[in-house]
Amino acid sequence: MGSFEFLLDGIVRAFELIVTLNPYILSITGVSIKVSGTATLLAAMTAIPLAFALSFVQFRGRHAVITLVNTGMGLPPVFVGLFVFVMLVPAGPLGFLNRIFTPEAMIIAQYILITPIITGITLSAIKAVPEPIIETVYTLGGREKDVVLTTLLEARFGVITAVLAGLGRALAEVGAILIVGGNIAYTGSVGGIGEGLSYTRTLTTAITSETSKGDISTSIALGIILIAIYLFVNVAAGFFRRQD
Amino acid sequence: MAELFRICNLTKTFAGKDVLKNINLRIYRGEIFALIGPSGTGKTTFLRILNLFEKPTNGIFEFDGKPVNGTPLEKNRIRQRSSLLFQTPAVFNLSVFDNVAYGLKVRGFDKSTVEKKVKEALGIVGLSGMETQKARTLSGGEAQRMAFARAIVYGPEVLLLDEPTANLDPYNVAKIEELIRHIRDKCGTTIVIATHNLPQVKRIADRVGVLLEGKLIEVNSVGGIFTSPGDARSAAFLKGEMVY
Ligand SMILES: Nc1ncnc2c1ncn2[C@@H]1O[C@H](COP(=O)(O)OP(=O)(O)OP(=O)(O)O)[C@@H](O)[C@H]1O
Ligand SMILES: [Mg+2]
Repeated sequence: MGSFEFLLDGIVRAFELIVTLNPYILSITGVSIKVSGTATLLAAMTAIPLAFALSFVQFRGRHAVITLVNTGMGLPPVFVGLFVFVMLVPAGPLGFLNRIFTPEAMIIAQYILITPIITGITLSAIKAVPEPIIETVYTLGGREKDVVLTTLLEARFGVITAVLAGLGRALAEVGAILIVGGNIAYTGSVGGIGEGLSYTRTLTTAITSETSKGDISTSIALGIILIAIYLFVNVAAGFFRRQD
Repeated sequence: MAELFRICNLTKTFAGKDVLKNINLRIYRGEIFALIGPSGTGKTTFLRILNLFEKPTNGIFEFDGKPVNGTPLEKNRIRQRSSLLFQTPAVFNLSVFDNVAYGLKVRGFDKSTVEKKVKEALGIVGLSGMETQKARTLSGGEAQRMAFARAIVYGPEVLLLDEPTANLDPYNVAKIEELIRHIRDKCGTTIVIATHNLPQVKRIADRVGVLLEGKLIEVNSVGGIFTSPGDARSAAFLKGEMVY
């Protein structure tokens, strides 16, 4: 088989796996969405209030937190994975939680990875709200809480963009979740392929393992799904950016 | 007549530059006071002091018989009773309706009152039927009129207007002027207006202050200042002979 047929065959079989809703592939997609979705939700719930506090409240250590956020925006995923791993292994400080190699461990790692990103982008969205807008709130009789609310409204598309950027980063990430999740699938063949159903195996980690195993069609199928989700997230982000 | 603002020996310095110098002025309840003077002379700065956006560097500043010391709560109390229409109004990224409704919502008016008052205010400035349009898509003159409606809709006791007709065509200038007089006559609103438009001063003001390079060189009745100005420099300015 030439390399072209090999690739073509892989693509054809990949589409087959997708349209027949292969359970192994579906379960992997489900874990990816669940883990990255939960991490993004929790990160947004931390990052947005944090960005507002950093913008409107003068407290000691504010600059230190901003520096931490800026540094955190570029953290290498494998470093975060290693950190969470060391915390969660049985001998580690949080070992008693018994959470290493679970979806929860992956959520924690991605939460740490993307909270600074969402915070940083939200911070710049808040900063972009012009001072005259804030003065208008005050002259119309608004209080500090109205300033915060109006800023959130004015920066709303930027805040949504920030959350989607976090989600995109989480979905695409492989280093951290590979270390703390372990890329585990239940054994037992389901639908004739793969290793059963995913426990901590995500689209990205599965692509790594399937590719090294030589199962190109499964890898391509996973890649197509990953790119489709990623594209969807980015198209949504672009849509909100244009609303501004 | 009761005085609303009492200003004694007021000075405002920005970065070592005296922008307002030793201002003495009383503004009385229910009068229309026009502040005129060349560009860069300190009119906007003065209005911003009256609405507590700038703190006087020196001097006495009293509102309604009490010295203003500028705590957030006090600022809000005074601003609840007044309204500053900025020289370049900031527009919230909301609908025309929500922009105009802002001051009413902040004051806790119920929904049906808000709707009634907003509708009325939009009618007055000739923007009826544009409630749902995005305010950012208004033309310059429409935005100016919307901002005017937003500033008067909650019936402030003090209306501070910074060149409110600079962007308007003659028809709308006449309408806004009529409205300014009407508000004062009907509600006893105190109005301070900064303007370059001398015929406008003649048409609407009761008293005039001439501000020149940060000094209030003359305060006079509108009849007095146009017929027999008390200062040679204000006479020159009124005749359009002032060269800078
Ligand atoms: N925040 C500030 N920092 C430094 N200088 C300022 C500040 N605000 C105003 N100024 C200066 O104070 C002077 C008076 O400005 P102001 O805006 O009050 O003038 P104006 O009379 O309203 O002029 P115009 O008719 O052009 O609107 C100007 O020289 C301006 O550059
Ligand atoms: Mg000005």
